[in-house]
Amino acid sequence: MRNIIEVAGLTKRFGEITAVDHIDFEVRKGEIFGFLGPNGAGKTTTIRILTGIIKPDSGEAIILGYDILRNPLKAKQFIGVVPETANAYIDLTAWQNLMLTAELYGIPKRERHARAKRLLKDLGLYERRNSLVRGFSKGMKQKLILCMALISNPQILFLDEPTTGLDVESARFLRSYVRQLSKQGTTVFLSTHNMEEANKLCDRIAIINHGKIAAIDTPENLKMKSKGLKSIEISFNKPVDVEAIRKVTDASRVEKLGDKIKLHTNKIDETICVLVNYARENNLKIVSLNTLTPSLEDVFIELIKKKHVGAD
Amino acid sequence: MFETFSMEQLKRAFAITKKDLRIYYNKGPVLIFGLITPAFLFLAFFIGRNLTVEELFPGLIGMAVFFSSTSIGPGIVPWETRSRTLERILSTPISVWAIFLGDVLASFLYGLIISLVPLIIGVVFGATVHCWLTLCLSIALASFCFSSLGILMSAYPPSDIPATVMMVSSLVKFPLLFISGVFIPLGQMPLWSRILASISPLTYFVDLIRYSTQQTSYFPITVDFAAIILFALAFLVAAIKIHERTLPQRLS
Repeated sequence: MRNIIEVAGLTKRFGEITAVDHIDFEVRKGEIFGFLGPNGAGKTTTIRILTGIIKPDSGEAIILGYDILRNPLKAKQFIGVVPETANAYIDLTAWQNLMLTAELYGIPKRERHARAKRLLKDLGLYERRNSLVRGFSKGMKQKLILCMALISNPQILFLDEPTTGLDVESARFLRSYVRQLSKQGTTVFLSTHNMEEANKLCDRIAIINHGKIAAIDTPENLKMKSKGLKSIEISFNKPVDVEAIRKVTDASRVEKLGDKIKLHTNKIDETICVLVNYARENNLKIVSLNTLTPSLEDVFIELIKKKHVGAD
Repeated sequence: MFETFSMEQLKRAFAITKKDLRIYYNKGPVLIFGLITPAFLFLAFFIGRNLTVEELFPGLIGMAVFFSSTSIGPGIVPWETRSRTLERILSTPISVWAIFLGDVLASFLYGLIISLVPLIIGVVFGATVHCWLTLCLSIALASFCFSSLGILMSAYPPSDIPATVMMVSSLVKFPLLFISGVFIPLGQMPLWSRILASISPLTYFVDLIRYSTQQTSYFPITVDFAAIILFALAFLVAAIKIHERTLPQRLS
């Protein structure tokens, strides 16, 4: 089975609002699939449908060959979920939370004890296993939720904005752990609005906006597809008039960013020559010069804007 | 509804029961509240009426089982909706019926434990139990029946505010208490009151306790048992069905 998740025509409405609008995509076995979109784009609703928490109005979602609507229990047996908000029971200890989750997956006692011990040790929570979750920091709660999601050795791990609100160290740890899981063969479905996270972690990315898929591809292919977004960043030893630079180059956009000037153009070579000549003629020294390919964030903004214009 | 019934799902329902007992019931204030409410009601209605222990006993046991079995259950689902733990449970491979059966069983066990206290007090103060089997069986069935009623009370409206659900449950519980022959034996009530009493499961339970302690009952005990079993099944099925139907609203 090449595709571990297959989604076709998935739609979900809440009253007048269409949260997810006829989306189609597949997730391949073993990949980290990013689901990128602004707040309210439909990321969480999609995850809630795929994990069997809510039902779609139409369309289908097949998880490892099981329709999440017709065979929810079988589909859920293979998945683990890390939701946006840590939702462990705060009046239970970390250990009790893990045991409860394991029992809900039907994992035998000896096995669940061994797995819980290993996971808690791996994620640095073993010493706090008998503490109530009420006293845990946000990072610790998120690690515990990850343990709970992994206790069943899931084939697919759903992560809904897992690093939101975490400190840098915890976020970095979580990302490296996810990467490790992927290497071990777990398919990861990662919803995020963090471009850097998606860029560094994901094999493929779907960009969702207003409930519709705007693009699906690898991060690099998405960047390549972007038009007119290459740029040059240059700084001189003296202040320079941005208007003068605008006149000598044919860059589509020139902007001042601190002591640097950023020129958006697809004629990188020509523009650099013009800038070098301009520096020489005006007795300026170039302090730094960088050529920049479009970032995932640029692509994202471009796609989101395109949708807005289309909508208008 | 029960098409996914299996021993495996039943085990998962017990996991929910264990969780509920740990989180909601195994707390000092909850246990004390379970005893204090029926005790106060008992004192309020029976002091000064010059009744014998045998006459007091059915009312005390009836209220203890009724209040304890319906005290926490209605608050669990709204509370778990709010804390988003219900979402976590729903993302695991457990059937909806098993989740609510687990909640009912936790409430049932709590009702059983709480009922031991007035039972012991009654016996110590001289109440005679003529038929222990009827008494124990009726307490167990009634506790299950009232626990199912408690979970049913949280099904509609699908609120995530425990206080709202508790208010709705009080609106159901107190009228049921007053029409059920807890304070006045059924035989001494007017006809319209007896007809009203017949729609309350508590009526049949109190009748069975009277039979166990005074060897007299208004209805034949087979009718009492059948009524409690039917009420229990109806409450359980309705609770699961309505919760299943209102879950999307609760989670959206």
